[in-house]
Amino acid sequence: MSKPVIATTSLAGCFGCHMSLLDIDERILTLIELVEFNKSPIDDIKTFTKPVDIGLIEGGCCNSENVEVLKSFRKNCKILVSLGECAIMGGLPALRNGIPIEECLHEAYIGGPTVQLNKDGIMPNDDELPMLLDKVYPCHEIVKIDYFLPGCPPRADLIWDALVALVTGDPMKLPYEVVKFD
Amino acid sequence: MENTIKQIVEKYNSNRMRLMDILIDIQESEGYISRDAITTMAAMLDMSQADVEQTISFYHFFSTKPRGKYTVYLNNSPVAYMFGREAIKEAFEKSAGIPFGQVTDDGLIGLFDTACIGMNDQEPAAIINNVVFTRLTPYRVREIVKMMKEGKPMEELRKESFGDGKNNLPSLRSMVSSNIRRKGMILSDDYKYGTVIKEKLPTMSPENVIAEMKHSSIRGRGGAGFPTGLKWEFCRRAKGEKHYVICNADEGEPGTFKDRVILTEKPELVFEGMALAGYAIGGDEGVLYIRYEYRYMKNYLEEVLEKMRNEGLLGENISGIEGFNFDIRIQFGAGAYVCGEESALLESLEGKRGEPRDKPPFPVEKGYLGNPTIINNVETFATAVRIVQNGGEWFTQFGTDDSTGTKILSISGDCMFPGVYEVNWGFNVEDMLDMVGAYDVQAVQVGGPSGTLIGPDEFHRTLGYSDLSTGGSMMIFGKQRNLLKDVVVNFMEFFIDESCGSCSTCRNMTQVMNNKLKKILAGKGVAKDLKDLKEWSKVLNPSRCGLGQTAANPIVSSLKNFRHLYEELLQKDKDFDEGFDLESSVQASCNYVGRVPVFNHH
Repeated sequence: MSKPVIATTSLAGCFGCHMSLLDIDERILTLIELVEFNKSPIDDIKTFTKPVDIGLIEGGCCNSENVEVLKSFRKNCKILVSLGECAIMGGLPALRNGIPIEECLHEAYIGGPTVQLNKDGIMPNDDELPMLLDKVYPCHEIVKIDYFLPGCPPRADLIWDALVALVTGDPMKLPYEVVKFD
Repeated sequence: MENTIKQIVEKYNSNRMRLMDILIDIQESEGYISRDAITTMAAMLDMSQADVEQTISFYHFFSTKPRGKYTVYLNNSPVAYMFGREAIKEAFEKSAGIPFGQVTDDGLIGLFDTACIGMNDQEPAAIINNVVFTRLTPYRVREIVKMMKEGKPMEELRKESFGDGKNNLPSLRSMVSSNIRRKGMILSDDYKYGTVIKEKLPTMSPENVIAEMKHSSIRGRGGAGFPTGLKWEFCRRAKGEKHYVICNADEGEPGTFKDRVILTEKPELVFEGMALAGYAIGGDEGVLYIRYEYRYMKNYLEEVLEKMRNEGLLGENISGIEGFNFDIRIQFGAGAYVCGEESALLESLEGKRGEPRDKPPFPVEKGYLGNPTIINNVETFATAVRIVQNGGEWFTQFGTDDSTGTKILSISGDCMFPGVYEVNWGFNVEDMLDMVGAYDVQAVQVGGPSGTLIGPDEFHRTLGYSDLSTGGSMMIFGKQRNLLKDVVVNFMEFFIDESCGSCSTCRNMTQVMNNKLKKILAGKGVAKDLKDLKEWSKVLNPSRCGLGQTAANPIVSSLKNFRHLYEELLQKDKDFDEGFDLESSVQASCNYVGRVPVFNHH
């Protein structure tokens, strides 16, 4: 049997969930024995080259590119997992959701106290740039998500256990310490 | 202005517990509560400005910006919409030249929405500078706005004929109608107030009074149904410097207006009931906590209290009973539904945000100012007088075994005779619909938004604590109404507005569920959404108070009893659709930065 294929991405996240994935320490050696990585910042494969079994999504969607990537993950992965607070709830980036996008842009590029050099009030509007969404969306509000791994970031052991469970098909242990957050 | 603020604060002895009164007086005299006013009063009350501000920001009728010389608050309950609110709103907007939520540039007129003002039997209704205008028509609105523009005083604006009953009294002069359709022991005219205090209490010990109350099996009329006698007994036994009697006249549940009618027609009975309760629990002081929407009754109710003091029914050594000292003051709220929850009411009474307290301790042990306190509904106090007059045994002949006595219902919506009905418990819904002249009924909302929405196959159910419990609100919806759009969404938005925000469950889940409901209404729903709504509603159960615990009820009960209305709207060919639309969601940012959105459609 060929090895299960995994893909990962960080959308509107801070890469903290990916750092937590690396935090499985030497087990990463076991992991690469068990699975094969496809599109992921870990191996720097930019586009899907084959069908993927498990896609791990860090971060929610704050712009059109995030939406595009997320949709391509849904298309290419059998199972999608929202990894961490931002993917599940929008997280810190979603703090802007209560503020109109116009005000956010104005603060960032024109009115903010640290804006010194933009005398002409230029706004980033090149067609190459992703378009900002009106608010930050959690992933499950855009595509169907199969599993959710909570945490900011989810602990390395939790990610490890979840991957092992998905790969082996065994039920996952979820002791109290794993699901309580204060 | 600073002098005015100082005078107001001093009027309440610079007592921070009276912050609500202080803020109400400032709001009324200045039209808003300015930053300077906050600074001045915070210093005088020895509070931080943030503490003052957080109380201000909690209540709907307080504002830190001017709300106009004439401030219009137009009711937005579903029944108001059913009776033409939309046209009234338009008429106001068109003749004043501003949309709702704004004040005209000259500061003359402010237009604002407000939750149910307790006039559901005479909608559309609005409050303008504390005067209630009922049964508005677009013509009348244009007339009112014209008079505002001419700067006419409120007396002229309300020159219409006055309502029925005591609404005609010089101290009330309101155009509100009491619409009493059926009388029972509370609303009947066969009792002369004061009889119990003068003739019964001198012959009874406080324990006797509590025993009669317990024997009557009366349960609280506010909706929760706690045995009143037991509450009084707990409070009497609890130790504290003082004992308090509080009458809950916050009546914020949309569709309820019976307390307004009781307080208009039988205020003496309510105050006598409070004094009687004071006697029973060893109480020192009573407070009538009444919603700001009923501010128009202020002078009238104060006059009644003064009359009762002069007649020796309130004051010291009442009825010659040594040490029976009891007086009542009136405390107005400032627009917050959650203050009808008893512990939130206490917070408000102490000048704070109306956030419910953790329980236990219950108010009977630690209530107002940390002392033993009973809080009962207007109707409960009024009923108590008749119980003590005639005995607990007499009372049990009315109603059913588990729901004794009578209940005053506030009935509104699609029926011929909306108004107030005092009936014996044990009535079923069908009887009620016959009584009020309601035909072709699609649904009845029993007990306000936090209650149950039932359809014809449940109209045989009985009103009472063991089956269909109600604080008295009954809204009837005819076949022509769109239940989900016109009723359920309205109720969900009501809870979203009125959540105090303390528990994240109630603060967030109401929003999340309402978004889902709206998505279904927009034709984007899938089968899983109905499952989600049902599952997610459970998240609200651990909320601290009744508001949070019942905030999903509009969806839960309509989903249970009118599931087909939801199912008709679902997409049959999809199993996932969150309703996300990329093109519309990038529109605002692209417009702002000046670019044309480009989409790669794969």
